Amino acid sequence: MSVTTLAGGRKATFLFLLLAASALLLLGTDAFAQFGVPRPQAPPPPAPDGIAGWLIAKQAEFYRMLSGTIRAAKTDGSAVWLLMGISFAYGVFHAAGPGHGKAVISSYLVANEETWKRGITLSFASALLQALVAVAVVGIAAALLGATAGTMNRAVWWIEIVSYALIAAMGARLLWVKGGAFLREWAAMRAPKSVGAAATAHGHHHHHGHDHHHHAHDRHHDHAHDHHGRDHDDHSGHSHGPTPDQLAGPGGWTRGLTAIVAVGLRPCSGAILVLVFALAQGIFWAGVAATFVMGLGTAITVAAIATLTVTATAFAGRLAATRTGYGSLTLRGIEVAAAALVLCFGVALLAGYMASERLIM
Amino acid sequence: MTRVLRCLALAALALVVAGKAQAHPHVWVTMKSELVYGPDGSATGVRHAWTFDDMFSTFATQGLAAKEKGKFTREELAPLAEVNISSLKDFDYFTFARTNGKKAELNAPADYYLEFTDGLLTLRFTLPFKAPVKAQSLDIEVYDGTYMVDFSFAEKEPVQLVGAPQACKLAVARPGEAGAAAPGKPGEAFFNSLAPGSNFGAQFSNKISVKCP
Repeated sequence: MSVTTLAGGRKATFLFLLLAASALLLLGTDAFAQFGVPRPQAPPPPAPDGIAGWLIAKQAEFYRMLSGTIRAAKTDGSAVWLLMGISFAYGVFHAAGPGHGKAVISSYLVANEETWKRGITLSFASALLQALVAVAVVGIAAALLGATAGTMNRAVWWIEIVSYALIAAMGARLLWVKGGAFLREWAAMRAPKSVGAAATAHGHHHHHGHDHHHHAHDRHHDHAHDHHGRDHDDHSGHSHGPTPDQLAGPGGWTRGLTAIVAVGLRPCSGAILVLVFALAQGIFWAGVAATFVMGLGTAITVAAIATLTVTATAFAGRLAATRTGYGSLTLRGIEVAAAALVLCFGVALLAGYMASERLIM
Repeated sequence: MTRVLRCLALAALALVVAGKAQAHPHVWVTMKSELVYGPDGSATGVRHAWTFDDMFSTFATQGLAAKEKGKFTREELAPLAEVNISSLKDFDYFTFARTNGKKAELNAPADYYLEFTDGLLTLRFTLPFKAPVKAQSLDIEVYDGTYMVDFSFAEKEPVQLVGAPQACKLAVARPGEAGAAAPGKPGEAFFNSLAPGSNFGAQFSNKISVKCP
């Protein structure tokens, strides 16, 4: 018993480290410095030396090239291709920064035990929405109504608030559902007789967790994630596994829609600036094309990070599944933590604590 | 179990802290600054001229009424200057002064205006010291802690002393240069005045140092 517990502890620590590593990647490698040095007051190492500094320098470099290229595109058609190339590169690098919801998407995926395929879909859908919102804001406000930067900022501010509130609400909802599941399992595990039962249920559960997309066909449309959690609650601690329809399923657009809207609603400041600049140069269409190409680049980075996170979690899940109820409880715990993280992001963004890309206006 | 959760909580904290430092500039400012001295040889204020990049200048002037298209007068830009200055207050005007290593307070600017030249906006304003400064060492740093705005000194004559005593020596350090990154242990008070993790931009800071005997 003691040997098992010890091994379990090690495994738990190991899978935590794995998750922590992927979680830290969510917000860039600078987090490693913060993580390793538990004194946030200390001045961080000079940024130009670090990967974060390099990323920032690259983004800045590409971003600065945008205005010149837009100018060039006005007279030289071939410069449009260059503009697309730079926009794409900027999008790829830029997504390594905040404000593109990769942290929210990844946490959401972990909390919901989503597949990497859904992660990619969510990443692309939210990036597309983000580009659409930017084009809509500038297209309607600036191009059609001749609104000022101040008016646009106010519009974006309201969009931001709604978006952050949605993220917070989504996190709260997930935390409620996942926290309940965690507590039930905890209670079940503490009751001596149900230990074995809970273990069986969750070993089984995770088996389903890995190939649910093969057989989750019946009712997932009705089972928006609201229902998902409740079903889960009902089943936790019982001696049978979850039914397929409460697991992540393909095509469940309604379920991921909250995440897509919450993350994709807020347009990126860079895109807005590019659009307004293109508009002023009389080639709004080039700005629109650049915005969508930027979104494509962003989506690729976000999708890659989301995939990494989900793969790490799936790996952790496999480890947990080979164990008794203790391992599955760990996984529930990770889900709770991920849900809490989504809530934290929402609240931090709402409170203006996290760096957002608000312009100084 | 608790260890795992504690570690996760720590990771979450690290994420939030790190998140603050990951923005990249969307606004570029090229600065020329002057240190203004009174007749008694004490520094009275910092006079900035900040020229914004073309994209931001275009964005900021979008939709503004102008008699002549594409040209804006000082008067037409007055409301925008007002907005700029009042917004900058929340960021301490990105200007951080220390006398002999101690934080020196700056007041809100009384005079400010925007100019529009060759498609670029220039914001001019003077930050008066709360009390005129007479010190052996006066350091002024300009940076954005959230790294949303990239500040850099103009190539030529970035800083000038106006009416300073002859014996005073001026040194200007750009980001990455020796003296800018780790200016001989910044004052405790200076860092304590910032939120944890928000001193990221300090490494990108532009530093003006004046030594007077």
